[in-house]
Amino acid sequence: MPGGYSEKVMDHFAHPRNVGVIENPSGVGKVGNPVCGDVMEMFIKVENNVITDAKFRTFGCGAAIATSSMATEQIKGKTIDEALKLTNKAVAEALGGLPAVKMHCSVLAEDAIKAAINDYMIKTTGKGLPDFKPHEEHD
Amino acid sequence: MKNIYMDYAATTPTHPEVLAAMQPYFTDHFGNPSSIHSFGREGRKAVDGARDTIAAFIGARSDEIVFTSGGTESDNFALEGVAYANEKKGRHIISTAIEHHAIGSCLEFLKKRGFEVTLVPVDKAGSVDPDDVKKAIKPGTILVSIMHANNEIGTIEPISEIGKACRGKDVYFHTDAVQTFGHLKVNVNELNVDLLSASAHKLYGPKGVGMLYIRKGVNIVPYLHGGEQERGLRASTENVPGIVGFAKAAEISGNEMANEALRLRKLRDKLISGILTRVEDSILNGHPSQRLDNNVSVSIKYIEGESMLLRLDMEGIAASTGSACSSGSLEPSHVLLGIGLPIEFAYSSLRFTLGRGTTDQDIDVVLEKLPDIVKNLRKMSPMYK
Repeated sequence: MPGGYSEKVMDHFAHPRNVGVIENPSGVGKVGNPVCGDVMEMFIKVENNVITDAKFRTFGCGAAIATSSMATEQIKGKTIDEALKLTNKAVAEALGGLPAVKMHCSVLAEDAIKAAINDYMIKTTGKGLPDFKPHEEHD
Repeated sequence: MKNIYMDYAATTPTHPEVLAAMQPYFTDHFGNPSSIHSFGREGRKAVDGARDTIAAFIGARSDEIVFTSGGTESDNFALEGVAYANEKKGRHIISTAIEHHAIGSCLEFLKKRGFEVTLVPVDKAGSVDPDDVKKAIKPGTILVSIMHANNEIGTIEPISEIGKACRGKDVYFHTDAVQTFGHLKVNVNELNVDLLSASAHKLYGPKGVGMLYIRKGVNIVPYLHGGEQERGLRASTENVPGIVGFAKAAEISGNEMANEALRLRKLRDKLISGILTRVEDSILNGHPSQRLDNNVSVSIKYIEGESMLLRLDMEGIAASTGSACSSGSLEPSHVLLGIGLPIEFAYSSLRFTLGRGTTDQDIDVVLEKLPDIVKNLRKMSPMYK
């Protein structure tokens, strides 16, 4: 596989799930920076505390796109609490692993989810996640 | 689906005639050139003949050619060899920010050992102004090293004029000609260079062999110690088949260069104008005319280089990216940053390098596939509205 990527990564890169935007989303999170070479934007729809839909848009390498795709798959159908427990390692593992230099992409995916949930919390409760702080440097 | 190779600047396939010329030196004529017997003499004859061919190819004398293991070694040898031999005279070296890492990383190494390095600026096209080199020369300057043509963006530097600026200043001038040797005329006297690096696998020769031209009289210390090979400058048993192959590749290139350059230039210009017209928000990197005949370097806004490469690869098209993301580093290309490209453009670069196997039809295929790939990735990009 090119770039030392697993088959799963290439599958999610070639056929990314949940690409796009959600109109009137319950929460939106945007993390990363063009200066770092990747930007992820994550949209969630929440009903009765359950994430019923998730979509993303990503500027970045193959791993950035694959982790976004996998992360949206992993949080769909989950409660907010369950989604908050999703770690970057779990995203990477679900993809059959990532090359070491690409692990930061999974951190970005975890951050993007947290940022979207944080936005949802602020909108619904007026308060964000207690210790939410996206990684400034994600390597 | 036919796979299309457009990464000839990375490496080229070995020409069948090169391979045929090399083969006997693995088996029948396997002798060590340093041996006195008939087997050894066969090897010696082959290496001497190859040296004559390479020397004639660049207008040098045979005793000015040192065979090496490739471009990186030649660059390291030139820099370290001249630096250590002349450090009593001075410890100042001049170069640019867009050199290959074989120069850039070696300069960093020398800096840690007390050498001072000045990087002269390049303009937006990646061109060096010879006057800037002239101004940067000061008492204590021992060496100037500037590449003949850039491997990423294809810009050809005014080496002859820079060489002139160094003449009479008691400063050695080295050029890394890895991307030009065998592709455009390289004559050490017309270029006014004292040292010049080349590598065989960029001109349809084998990997693992290159050469360093060292003008007679240049003060340089040996690079490898342990034998009298290469006039004592580079010990180690000669890579006889590789050296024979290198000379054969140079000979073939010499015969085909003029026609091939014209052919490639047409294909290059078709690909450049095709991309720029079919893909909105795309720009050409490097010099519009002073560029390698086979180099197409573009940046395609809002999407990242590696994702384009992977999508092209899925379509059987082999290209490369200036952004080093794919090569394991997270930094964008130092060359693209060096020419002042905004960082998001630097992450969005794509390089196609054409060669002997490239056909007009290949260009059409790329021009057909690329716009769809771009459209698809942009649909995914949060930066594209």
